[in-house]
Amino acid sequence: MGVLLAVLSGFVIAAVAPWVHRGLGRHGGWVLAALPAALFIYFASFLPGLGEAEGGRFILEYDWIPSLGIQLSFLVDGLSLLFALLISGIGFFVVAYAGRYLEGHRDLGRFYVLILAFMASMLGLVLSSNLISLFVFWELTSITSYLLIGYNHEDAKARKSALQGLFVTVAGGLALLTGLIMMALVGGSYELHELLTSGDIFREHDWYMGILLLVLLGCFTKSAQYPFHFWLPNAMAAPTPVSAYLHSATMVKAGVYLMARLNPSLGGTEAWMLLLGLFGAVTMFVGVFLSLRSTGIKQLLAYSTVMALGTLTMLIGVGSETAMLAAMAFLLAHSLYKGALFLVAGILDHEAGCKDILQTGGLRRALPVTTAFAGLAALSLAGVLPALGFVAKELLFEAVLEAPALAGLLSILAVVSAMMVVAVAAIIGIRPWYGPRADTPKRPAHEAPPALLAGPVVLASLGLLFGLGAGWVDQGLISWAAAAVYGAPVSPYLSLWHGFNLPLLLSGVSLALGLLLYLNWERFRRFTGFMEVANRYGPEAAYEKSMSGMVWLSGWQTRVLQNGYLRYYLLTILVSTVGLVMVTLFTRTDVNIDLDLSGILVHEAFIVAVLLMAALVSVTTRSRLGAVASLGAVGFCVALIYVLFSAADVGITQVLVETLTVIMLVLVLFRLPGFLGLTPMALRIRDALIALAVGTMMAVLKLAASTTQYADSISDYFIQESQPSGYGRNIVNVILVDFRALDTLGEIVVLALAAVGVYAMIKFRAEDRK
Amino acid sequence: MNSQFALQSLILRTAAHFLLPLLLIFSVFLLLRGHNEPGGGFIAGLVAASAVALYMFAVDVRSAKRVLRFEPRDLMGWGLLVGVISGVPAVFVGQPFFTSQWLELKLPLLGELKVGTPLLFDVGVYLVVIGAVLLILLSLAEAEGKTDHHHGGG
Repeated sequence: MGVLLAVLSGFVIAAVAPWVHRGLGRHGGWVLAALPAALFIYFASFLPGLGEAEGGRFILEYDWIPSLGIQLSFLVDGLSLLFALLISGIGFFVVAYAGRYLEGHRDLGRFYVLILAFMASMLGLVLSSNLISLFVFWELTSITSYLLIGYNHEDAKARKSALQGLFVTVAGGLALLTGLIMMALVGGSYELHELLTSGDIFREHDWYMGILLLVLLGCFTKSAQYPFHFWLPNAMAAPTPVSAYLHSATMVKAGVYLMARLNPSLGGTEAWMLLLGLFGAVTMFVGVFLSLRSTGIKQLLAYSTVMALGTLTMLIGVGSETAMLAAMAFLLAHSLYKGALFLVAGILDHEAGCKDILQTGGLRRALPVTTAFAGLAALSLAGVLPALGFVAKELLFEAVLEAPALAGLLSILAVVSAMMVVAVAAIIGIRPWYGPRADTPKRPAHEAPPALLAGPVVLASLGLLFGLGAGWVDQGLISWAAAAVYGAPVSPYLSLWHGFNLPLLLSGVSLALGLLLYLNWERFRRFTGFMEVANRYGPEAAYEKSMSGMVWLSGWQTRVLQNGYLRYYLLTILVSTVGLVMVTLFTRTDVNIDLDLSGILVHEAFIVAVLLMAALVSVTTRSRLGAVASLGAVGFCVALIYVLFSAADVGITQVLVETLTVIMLVLVLFRLPGFLGLTPMALRIRDALIALAVGTMMAVLKLAASTTQYADSISDYFIQESQPSGYGRNIVNVILVDFRALDTLGEIVVLALAAVGVYAMIKFRAEDRK
Repeated sequence: MNSQFALQSLILRTAAHFLLPLLLIFSVFLLLRGHNEPGGGFIAGLVAASAVALYMFAVDVRSAKRVLRFEPRDLMGWGLLVGVISGVPAVFVGQPFFTSQWLELKLPLLGELKVGTPLLFDVGVYLVVIGAVLLILLSLAEAEGKTDHHHGGG
């Protein structure tokens, strides 16, 4: 039960988290962080076994709904382990950090619930082998992300950003669901571990393009690829630990995870390479460019996350063995340094009250430890030897230089982006700490507490250690993850030093130019000021427009359809019924009306004549009471016909209903103003024509129904079974209360609802008049 | 029109006092015999509702409500509840929801009597119909009384 328990434990602990928080107070964070720590150890225990497992993966299946043959299955391989370790490992620091960072916040208990539930959903997402459960976890991460972005729910901007993130990712999620179902139909299975081995079936299928576009739409929105990138910087409205965890290290990589996961099935085609390569490269460039243009600390980091997500997408698109290794190494490096830097941004906010980089400066004396490890993380971000970021950047250059398609374009964009990333790294690694002491909103009295420092210290150090021991990390995890993405074994290749080659040269050039760019940062922002114009026509503006467009459209259609005039409702219902029924009747069936009037008796004809006259009076009379009375006469004539044709029950009901209707009409009549002939003649003629059409339709329908028999009538069955199995001689009643009791239940519910509706209407009118 | 909508006829008022119980008993009779002869919950409910309506016209709305004892809204709720409950016993004997269950009782004086969940269901229908019709009728009449009063007897 191991993996299942590991995934579900997060939900279980989330359920009791508020009580843990209430009971333990400020230490609650550390206690709750024990869960991710335990999970980290559990997942790490899989690592040594990868080499012996068949195909480098474990498949674990649990019965979920055995009667339907639905299983809950998990796939544990290099890729899912890399993600699971990041989720649980960074989760540990984030939960502990949040306990201190949000200390005293009145909703901290709720925060624990959400962040642990998110962690469990994310683990479920990366470990699921079943497409449906994968999708369920996918959506759960969107929902928990929504709740976490809107954590400060009294802030209108936070609510707006939360909703924006939700709309964008869930819209993509809908596309993804369609894509996944199509995949399952084509591949004949909902199990990933079965689908992954049948790539050719997908690539040669007619639906391939459809599946690809739908799945990618889901991945691109989730992983904030251009042009859906705008929700991610806005998501920074969330508390900093959330930004570090969801919107940098884990959730936004879910789209990358799925693209990597499906690469063996869907990858390797020209469309895959072009779509992922181009969108990834553009996202990479746009992300780092916008990052350099921002001065908000979290904003800057968020845009550089967009850049990283673009890089990963591009590498998966390139698809070579080196590219996969580069992607996995970059993913690990990015999660480590970006997690650390976000937590540092939180410290800057918490200790010095700085949210903008321009407010900071000279903080190294007040925050020496933070300064050191922010610098270390920034080194990895910039890709400086010997950090893991350097190893990843080398591989990235090597992969794009050898890319099977678009090598030139991708290489240029990659080098330019790398150069700008160096500048970003310098901005966050140097600017706040060195130089003259700035007048910060809060003067930090002392270094940040251990709970806040633990994350940055460990994550930044790991970035360095993994760089030094690149080969070891490669053999232990990265090459396994890359193999899962590549769909075939990948030989370990990572190392700190590959000798003097073109990637190293490019790395050095980007480093030098990046530092130059950092020194001219203000000039860069001034020169690119014209980009503000893009805000007005960019993707976010398009999102806003489509949202307000949708509101306008629903308002418009409500005004048209729900206009509040009973006469128009009736008109719409009647005209469309007549139209549809008539068209169907004459195109789909051969109507055969057999009108035989010979068997009519004198008294029957008399009743019909009275009925017709009463109906005529009711529509022509100029007195309301007269109209009501003649309508009553129509009803009683109908009842008489029922009785004549031995439907006693229906006859009695008709009489009673008719009586009560007349009573109600009389009660209502007194509330109406005097009778006036306000409607012009043309309208009255139109109404008369519609009434005639409805009547004619019903007559034709009735005559057609009595001469056409598609199936054996069910009445015979009821007549036969009423006495023996229903114990009743009154067939109508037996049908009502026994054979069709569920229908009757529905009818009395409708009756009750209608009565409540009328009651509410009358009561509110009465209240208004008081 | 007087303020409480009654017809102010002495004959009708006197008759209503006698007719109300008779009609109510008749409605129960219709309800019980409905399974074999014309009748049933729906018809019985309409008869009972008309009986109260008659009383309302003959005397006044407030007395009609007093005679009824229960709020029509509550009657509807109880009716729906009884209706749903009548479907439940089937589930306990492993049959689909709403399958009728019958009990044959041998009573000393009345002879053999079959009692089943359909009768219970019919009682539910009966209550809902009474509740729904009277909810509308009584609130209409009440609103009318109030408006008339407000406008000085309209």
